[in-house]
Amino acid sequence: MRDNLLVYKVDWLTIGLYLALVLGGWLNIYAADFDPDQNAGIFSLTMSSGRQIIWMGTAIVLITLIMLLDYKFYHTLSYILYGVMIFFLIAVLLFGEEVAGSKSWFELGAFKFQPSEFTKFATALALARFLSATNRKTDDLKSQVIGFLIFGFPLALVILQGDLGTAMVFGSLILVMFREGMHPVILIAGIGIVAVFLLTLLVNQTILFIGLVVVMMLLIGLVAKNPRKIAMVVVGCVLAAGFIVSVDFILTDVLKPHQQKRVMSLINPNADPLGIGWNVTQSKIAIGSGGLTGKGYLEGTQTKFDFVPEQTTDFIFCTIGEEQGWIGSFLLITAFCGLFLRLVFLAERQKSVFARIYGYGVMSILFFHFAVNIAMTIGLFPVIGIPLPFFSYGGSSLWGFTILLFIFLKLDAHRMQVLQRL
Amino acid sequence: MSSRSIIIQAIILVTALVFSIRLFSIQVVNDDYKLAAQNNIVQRIVEYPYRGLVTDRDDNLIVYNTPVYDLMIVPKEVNLEDSARISQLLQIDHETFITKYSKARKYSTILASKFIEQIPNEEFARIQDQLVDFPGFYVLPRTVREYPENTLANALGYVREISRYQLNRDSSNYYKPGDYIGIKGIELQYEKILRGKRGLNFKLVDVQGVVKGSFNDGEYDTAAIPGQSIKLTVDSQLQQYAETLMEGKVGSIVALDPATGEILAYVSAPSYNPNLLSGRGLSANYGKLQEDSLKPLFNRPIQAMYPPGSMFKTVQTLIAMQEKVVGPYEKLMCDYSPMGDHAPLGLYDVDRAITLSSNTFLYKIFRRVILQEENDNMYIDSRIGLEKWNNYVYEFGLGNPLGVDLPGEKSGNIPTVQYYDRVYGKNRWKFSNIYSLSIGQGELQVTPLQMANLGALLANKGYYYTPRIVKEINGVTISGAERKEVSIDTAYFEPVLQGMSNVVKGGTGFRARILDIEVCGKTSTVENPHGEDHSGFMAFAPRQNPQISVAVYVENAGQGARAAAATAGLLIEKYIKGEITRPWMEAYVLRGDFSDPKPQKVVKKDTVSKDSKNSNEGQSTSL
Repeated sequence: MRDNLLVYKVDWLTIGLYLALVLGGWLNIYAADFDPDQNAGIFSLTMSSGRQIIWMGTAIVLITLIMLLDYKFYHTLSYILYGVMIFFLIAVLLFGEEVAGSKSWFELGAFKFQPSEFTKFATALALARFLSATNRKTDDLKSQVIGFLIFGFPLALVILQGDLGTAMVFGSLILVMFREGMHPVILIAGIGIVAVFLLTLLVNQTILFIGLVVVMMLLIGLVAKNPRKIAMVVVGCVLAAGFIVSVDFILTDVLKPHQQKRVMSLINPNADPLGIGWNVTQSKIAIGSGGLTGKGYLEGTQTKFDFVPEQTTDFIFCTIGEEQGWIGSFLLITAFCGLFLRLVFLAERQKSVFARIYGYGVMSILFFHFAVNIAMTIGLFPVIGIPLPFFSYGGSSLWGFTILLFIFLKLDAHRMQVLQRL
Repeated sequence: MSSRSIIIQAIILVTALVFSIRLFSIQVVNDDYKLAAQNNIVQRIVEYPYRGLVTDRDDNLIVYNTPVYDLMIVPKEVNLEDSARISQLLQIDHETFITKYSKARKYSTILASKFIEQIPNEEFARIQDQLVDFPGFYVLPRTVREYPENTLANALGYVREISRYQLNRDSSNYYKPGDYIGIKGIELQYEKILRGKRGLNFKLVDVQGVVKGSFNDGEYDTAAIPGQSIKLTVDSQLQQYAETLMEGKVGSIVALDPATGEILAYVSAPSYNPNLLSGRGLSANYGKLQEDSLKPLFNRPIQAMYPPGSMFKTVQTLIAMQEKVVGPYEKLMCDYSPMGDHAPLGLYDVDRAITLSSNTFLYKIFRRVILQEENDNMYIDSRIGLEKWNNYVYEFGLGNPLGVDLPGEKSGNIPTVQYYDRVYGKNRWKFSNIYSLSIGQGELQVTPLQMANLGALLANKGYYYTPRIVKEINGVTISGAERKEVSIDTAYFEPVLQGMSNVVKGGTGFRARILDIEVCGKTSTVENPHGEDHSGFMAFAPRQNPQISVAVYVENAGQGARAAAATAGLLIEKYIKGEITRPWMEAYVLRGDFSDPKPQKVVKKDTVSKDSKNSNEGQSTSL
């Protein structure tokens, strides 16, 4: 019966990567906060790193709880959890606190609660439950539409809160849909929309139109042989052209002023050198000054003197870049990459469809955070203020990501029992 | 493993590869970022605007700016071995240095914060040359207010650095820590006009703190825009004369131009030297002024409230005539009942009642205003009457702030039906409970400004302009002074003005009599339960084509006939003639002893009828 003990069944490789990232984050939070003239140690509660210990400790409690609960619980309660979180999202719109242009916080005395952080795992669970129902075929249109609605609904609610960054996270679940049989065109279209959007900002419109025509010609000439495919390519290109024209409209009328600034600063970080663009410029300077091997732990000048804003949360990557150089950055990227590939591997080995889909959901959400966070610190993506999973300072985000990951590890630990149940 | 899983894994790997390559390019290949890190620091240096100037109506400067220097510290760059020499140069002891240094460090080691504030020009000249030897210190020039004359302090208000509390309450998000902001008076009222606009300069500073030049060739720098200047309506000569007359006394003077509502003089006594609340001594001086038992910070002309006393008889007679309960020349027989009275027994009309300040006449006509027999029930009849009366009184600018362009104006108090309902209960009060209103006592309260305004209204025979103290902003006259009318026929003013003229010609106001100028006035001895009565006088002159209206209150100076009437007379003469023809009267006011030659007070007769609840309030008042 020794083999039945939970300790022998959980995936220790993932847990190891999780611990490495959390501890690495903690050390870097201290480095980002560090002031050579103050003698506050890494455990001091005046430092973010000291407070992060509290979040780390409570995260361990959460992990224990998740591991102790019956694994069937997550399947059974997935819709209820989803419903509750949707309720909170609506409630926060009506009664929430407005912080920095986004209305996404509940404030109950000293306790602050951001429902959108916890909606992420609830949505992943609900989507997994829906898509895994045995009588459903993921490639039929109705199931796909409902699947999209499951994460499209919280996405819309979070956009209404004014938190575009978090809303985009829900969009990452499109990757799950793709894995479960969605037509690849939708994925390509999704990525295409983002790419065309960014290109519209970066490249002159006329050049973009010429490029579009060239791409259309190439596609028709090389790939699309029959009339139906040619029609599809033409329609796609016309839509893309319309999209390019409407980006200007989106920028001025759909996005809020602070989001406009962030997008605009991607094109020209010097446009608002001391505002939003300042973040990106300073972040790139900090990372770029790290060189190959970095300046050494606690030796970074840019982060230490507070040139980079929000450096313990959204811009934590700068500390690594400056102090550990390219080698340290590369190692961090490798660690994240390893985690994602491991999660894909774990998802694929699941016997239950529910657990597999949830696994992909976890991976997609984490991957999206990772990709966007690092892309924005190195100036490849607008600054949309989402944290680096496990690494950034903050209780809500650490808890959210921990719950997300460990529910999957719990399901994975019981993957052999699914057979008995079916 | 499905093919789709492989695609997803490829996406992950491609992303990681793109990041690694991008990072390699900015970290290893490209040297620009390392150079940028060396020259990184962009310092924001605030350029503070000059605050707008303030002049009197004849363009004499009364508020201007004088340079001071804030000594700034950047703790990281300070060489602590210099601390002894720095302390010596700045004439502070070592502990102070350490405290200030630690405080600055706590704020930031690399950002500048204030080390010593507002160093005056002379002291700055002394330390200026040696300061360059000490890294980490630099000076930021600023200006503070300076006042060439010790005048108008309470009307001007003062300026100080914005407090944390005000910063938190600033919904416009204009203010930043370290900004100056107007507190009280004109500085507060016209803050947005006076303050100007901050400028910002961005300087590039390297890691060693050396300024490398302006950021992006100064493209983002903005110049400070100075504040707009303000011209007051105040006549400095009259103002300073009025302040001289009030020296050593407690009280207020307000003088208005009835034709425009412009404030010609505005005295709150005792006052303070406005220079005390500027520059480095502000906090200490403010503390002292606040503890002063004579309250020099109390803005008396618009915040002190007194019962109007006999001045109010002008209002009462006008209302009674308009309500047609007494004719302009109708005579009533008055004896000493039911109120105590200084006026002799006999027949009185409006003119004589004002001249001799008859309490009984006023009691009778106020009774007729309140009880017009519109309801059989005495209580209900009183309600109807009081409501009607209230509406008239509000028209006289009483009971509400007049809307002068100075902050903190009090409304005074006009008791209403609701007020008496609260005190006595609904329908449980009638005329006999409120009759002391007839002679301006009871719950009535007015500000000196309201009384000066009443003078202007009487001078204009039925209208006034909202009083104001600012005439022009940046050379542009402020237009649109609001003309407010009372619904009293012009004809009814004649007997009242005649009475006021007689008061000065041969009545209690004789000390305000001036050769060649027909002054109309009314004295008031304001009953003070806490000590000696207050002396009050309201007047305007000349009767034809009035040029000035004045209200004077001198606290604890006894009868209105003495201190207040004499002061008002001198002011009117000074303003209209430009000189004083009665030096003995000036000496009398300056001496400041207004007590009776025979030190006993007039014996008051207690003849008030028994049913009056307010019997003690109704007497002793009305010369």
